[in-house]
Amino acid sequence: MKKLFVSPSPHIRTKETVKNIMWDVVIALTPAMIASIYFFGMNAVSVISVSVLSAVVSEALVQKLMKRKVKISDGSAVITGILFALVVPPALPWWLTMIGSSVSIIIGKMVFGGLGHNVFNPALVGRAFLTASWPVAMTTWLGTDGKVGATVLGTLKQQGMDNVLSMFGTKGKMYLDLFLGNVGGSLGETSALALLLGAGYLFYKKQITWHVPVSYIGTVFVLTTLFGQDPLLHILSGGLMIGALFMATDMVTSPYTAKGKLIFGLGAGILVTWIRMKGGYPEGVCYSILIMNGVVPLIDRYTRPRVFGEVKNNG
Amino acid sequence: MKVFKLRKGGVHPPENKALTEDKAIEIFRAPEKVYISMAQHIGAPGEPIVKVGDEVKIGQKIAGSGAFVSAPIHSSVSGKVIKIGTYPYPVNGEMKTIIIENNKKEEWIELEGIKDYKSVDKKELLDIIRDKGVVGQGGATFPTSIKLNPPKDKTIDTLLMNGAECEPYLNADNRMMLEKAEDMIEGIKIMLHILGIKKAIIGIEDNKLKAIQHIKELIKKEPMITVAILKTQYPQGGEKQLIKAVLNREVPSKALPAEVGVVVQNVATANAVYDAIVKGIPLIERVLTVTGSAIKNPKNLLVRIGTRFEEILEYVGIDKEKMQKLVMGGPMMGIAQYTSEVPTLKGTSGILALGKEELNRTETESCISCGKCITVCPMGLMPLMFAKLGRFEEWKEMERYNLMDCIECGSCSYICPANRPLTEAIKIGKAKLRNMKK
Repeated sequence: MKKLFVSPSPHIRTKETVKNIMWDVVIALTPAMIASIYFFGMNAVSVISVSVLSAVVSEALVQKLMKRKVKISDGSAVITGILFALVVPPALPWWLTMIGSSVSIIIGKMVFGGLGHNVFNPALVGRAFLTASWPVAMTTWLGTDGKVGATVLGTLKQQGMDNVLSMFGTKGKMYLDLFLGNVGGSLGETSALALLLGAGYLFYKKQITWHVPVSYIGTVFVLTTLFGQDPLLHILSGGLMIGALFMATDMVTSPYTAKGKLIFGLGAGILVTWIRMKGGYPEGVCYSILIMNGVVPLIDRYTRPRVFGEVKNNG
Repeated sequence: MKVFKLRKGGVHPPENKALTEDKAIEIFRAPEKVYISMAQHIGAPGEPIVKVGDEVKIGQKIAGSGAFVSAPIHSSVSGKVIKIGTYPYPVNGEMKTIIIENNKKEEWIELEGIKDYKSVDKKELLDIIRDKGVVGQGGATFPTSIKLNPPKDKTIDTLLMNGAECEPYLNADNRMMLEKAEDMIEGIKIMLHILGIKKAIIGIEDNKLKAIQHIKELIKKEPMITVAILKTQYPQGGEKQLIKAVLNREVPSKALPAEVGVVVQNVATANAVYDAIVKGIPLIERVLTVTGSAIKNPKNLLVRIGTRFEEILEYVGIDKEKMQKLVMGGPMMGIAQYTSEVPTLKGTSGILALGKEELNRTETESCISCGKCITVCPMGLMPLMFAKLGRFEEWKEMERYNLMDCIECGSCSYICPANRPLTEAIKIGKAKLRNMKK
């Protein structure tokens, strides 16, 4: 007789795989990629392709060196490649893109043991590395007109709100441009609309929950209001949207439970406001998330779900 | 119309009940030989009280045990005991088994039923239920007489009848509710009488609307019995989950339902109680669903205890090339078999012959901390931690993550996109901890 499989129950499983989840994220990042190409043209095309290619190739190389199975088709390196491209300046030279993206994969992910084992968000590790090593290239911003200029948050930090307003003319025009992404900044961070569309897809597919984005953005909203600043400006500019929707929601580097996710968002929100208000940088999303990544094990430890039957409240 | 819901976690796999939900119960022929295993229930296995060469009748007691948690075992055919030895056992490995050759005469023991059970002492009714070998029909096979006799210091107010049948594929309880509901309701009344209470609730999932309507119609004249409709979600049929869903009472960790004033019984167990008390018939047969993509004509069959799977599979038509896994019970908690030689037990609610597309086996990947296992866990546990700790043999640490509260429903393993061996780690961890305490 033909041999039967024997294993413990359950004997059926969901159709979903890690690969599905990863490609869902790639789909969700597509609107932001399209927006970046729309606003920054060939610069975007070249940064994104170099970044994705470097990420995939370096992952394959490391897996070969470590004599592991090459698993680039799971899509996770593609995600890191895209995310890294979306958080760097549009005019970043190709060789810096290559270095940054490879560092993301090798230092950010593979040295920890690959997908699922990394502590920090890989793309942000690469970005932090470049910011420390090539600070000028990492802060040379192009406007959507192709000219070099300051970002909204940079102007706000150095010259104040009046100068920000004069960049746009009216407040309404400012909000609209920020929402659509018609401003200078990192490739994919500028269009809140495109990012929200993508995040909506992930939410619909149940790959992310509302907890991190709402607590993160909500905290920034409340704190910047308390500091007497324009909260909408802070939410729509800089990397907060892409950070809150795509970086801080990364399954691997965020807490397990809803309660943990709320704390994670709260902490990141406090940090980013702190850096923007009191720190030396005009922007702090990257560091706020990296720091919170580091405390995830601690958060997980103190936010275990309530066990069924744990509290006797029947008597 | 109020619909009750599973309060915490759970999954909703493809139901696959349509294969057999409209198939009326068919009586499966008594086999040439029955293989009656000595462990038909949770607790102490029985010891044979017959020897090779003895002639037995249907319903004759052939094994028993003096242990508290145990139940006697009866012959399901009339004929001659031809062998007593070890034989493949569907729960694990092998078990002492009595093999009886059927003489096809269908000779029964003399049956003595009790028409007016209310005039009989409750202790005596419990003794009859035990003596007739009645055990839970839901799969866990706990001796019914013990469950109907809760500790005296616990006040019971509700008998919760479990008709959830939350396992995909299975329709045995569903068909019992459709075809044997009259006896079932009488059985419930007997159990209420024994417990000395006046409230029974039958919990049924809303994917069995016909059964719900049928039972509702029949209990119009029964003031003590009501139906609770449950939104279909696995593992709603878990005792603690069902109590929480229907009564919003939470059984404390490591405690039994009696702690919150509830006794839970499977619906088909009520039929077994009715047969034992009113007709005097011991538990010698049961209804089970034979289904799966490798089965040509899936059916619901009334089968004698001790019938080998092989014969049943042949009867319903088995595609042996297609069958990759043979399971006793449902796909979520059932037990995979290494051979179709194994016999049915008192707790065999289904036989599944599953093909490739149903098993959907994939490679195991690294945990990506998606937390889905935590979301679906009906007990509020963190299954991913068990897999992580299990790899380092941190059994004690697993216990601190409330390992012992796990009901092994398999929801975590079902949902895991990385196909991590979560339930496996849990089962190993529990076994290790039990051994450490010995």
